Amino acid sequence: MLKDHAKIIHAISVSGEVIGRKKLQKMIYIAKKMEFPFQERFQFHFYGPYSEELTLRVEELCNMGFLDEVKEKKGGYYQYRYTLTEAGQEFLGENSIEMPCLGDCLTDINDQNARFLELVSTVLYFDNLPGDEVREKIQTVKKSQKYTDEEIADAYAYIASLKEKARQLA
Amino acid sequence: MEYSEEKLIEEKVFKDPVHRYVHVRDRVIWDLIGTKEFQRLRRVKQLGTTYLTFHGAEHSRFNHSLGVYEITRRIVDNAFASRPEWDEGERLLSLCAALLHDLGHGPFSHSFEKVFDLDHEDFTREIILGDTEVNQVLTKVAPDFPKKVAEVIEKTYENKLVISLISSQIDADRMDYLQRDAYFTGVSYGHFDMERILRVMRPREDQVVIKQSGMHAVEDYIMSRYQMYWQVYFHPVTRSAEVILTKILHRAKHLHEQNYTFKHKPHHFYSIFEDRMTLQDYLKLDEAVFLYYFQSWEEEEDDILSDLCRRFNNRNLFKYVEFDPAKEYKKLAKLSVLFEQAGLDPEYYLVVDSSSDLPYDFYRPGEEEERLPIHLLKKNGEIRELSRESEIVDAISGKRRTDHKLYYPADFLEKEKARPEIEQIVQILELNLDNGTI
Repeated sequence: MLKDHAKIIHAISVSGEVIGRKKLQKMIYIAKKMEFPFQERFQFHFYGPYSEELTLRVEELCNMGFLDEVKEKKGGYYQYRYTLTEAGQEFLGENSIEMPCLGDCLTDINDQNARFLELVSTVLYFDNLPGDEVREKIQTVKKSQKYTDEEIADAYAYIASLKEKARQLA
Repeated sequence: MEYSEEKLIEEKVFKDPVHRYVHVRDRVIWDLIGTKEFQRLRRVKQLGTTYLTFHGAEHSRFNHSLGVYEITRRIVDNAFASRPEWDEGERLLSLCAALLHDLGHGPFSHSFEKVFDLDHEDFTREIILGDTEVNQVLTKVAPDFPKKVAEVIEKTYENKLVISLISSQIDADRMDYLQRDAYFTGVSYGHFDMERILRVMRPREDQVVIKQSGMHAVEDYIMSRYQMYWQVYFHPVTRSAEVILTKILHRAKHLHEQNYTFKHKPHHFYSIFEDRMTLQDYLKLDEAVFLYYFQSWEEEEDDILSDLCRRFNNRNLFKYVEFDPAKEYKKLAKLSVLFEQAGLDPEYYLVVDSSSDLPYDFYRPGEEEERLPIHLLKKNGEIRELSRESEIVDAISGKRRTDHKLYYPADFLEKEKARPEIEQIVQILELNLDNGTI
């Protein structure tokens, strides 16, 4: 009960602080693709994989007082920062989550910039397609981002290293 | 004449309580409606278990799919026709995607997908691209046409304007289900001036925008979405039925894993239980099949499965109390122990249901690029996000309202109320025994 909520709290706890809703979405999506058992379902939206369930769950956790959300103005838009509250720590203490390798993976993902994570999550979204088609897809659905071949190659290398990390730790 | 341009000799019309008539002239659309995969949608209800709360809500995904097609047809044939931003070559693709967008929905799909970790969008893709009658029709248009239809529905097609017709924050899908669900549930929410919205829609490169003069009609649409969410989609009694349905499926799967011998063998479920389901297995499932098993399983020797099925079939649902996880999660652990002592497995009989478990979407103004917002087109050509122009929309967008409920079998507690552990449960749940009911 409330296990799915506890998993999200755990993810933010091991990440320390997550800056940006978009980043949080990408982090959980990538972790899910690394076979960490998150239940939220993602669909492809204008800006890449997005989960309305995750958005709602994070809203609930903020309402419960388990997550702290700080809204700050950045240029012409607002950005949100998420950290765990004391009540969230306590809740996590009573609802232990067994995902031992998640911390290392999420810390690594959290260190990457949002543009790169958008690319990585898009590559993962199309992982059922052959490599050439994935490149074609990225140039189609992410036309405005103008990703270079080098960046796409970096994304593949990053995914491989992340998989390795998840496997080693497991 | 090419198949893609072939028209029926006489227009076919479907009488429809929401749009009055659904008009079909294109041979491709007519043929798609006749496929067995599309006809299957007649046997999947649009609102799952909502009929147990609003008895009129028996409408199917077939009705809704025709409605989405009809709205899209009116947009592309009337609102967009001969506008330079609209590519007429995308017309048939838009209509096919609108008609087929829900093709992969399974029976009671919300609970079903949750228990078996499935996604109807994957099945929609498989039906469109696989060995099916739908695929045969689409392939007759062009060999790459099925792929294009699947891409529009998956929101990965290159022309984002086409995607936004059936998948954006103001699209044919939402405009149909709000009106249709309001009609069939009988509630007075969910009404808005769709004709007005269709008249003020303008195609742009990446999405549909709305002329500023149509803002009030859009406000009404956003408000009806908000009201339908809380009054219909998230009704606590419907959620109780969903909880029981979910638990039936969990229990049946668990029993299969424990090598339990079913009196009524769940032939339709074996491949799902064993994680080897094919598209053909999936297409055999509909709500009539599920209800047949639920009726048969009333006679099972497993007390939990038979009890849950009786509850679902006879609408003897769980009652609920408001639950605040932040303050009460410790209470929950205590209740679990007491339920076990009382002989009720808390895994099946004590259930927290959160608003995020049933995510119908609110309007989101697109902060941090989460979702593409609704854009208004001002007289001077400027494009502005809706909530920046509308105080009404600003008042309800991005405002959190979440909700958690704790479901339990009140009838059992009532019957066994003399037992000390039940007394404690009643006390913790703060139930009222004074009038003889809880």
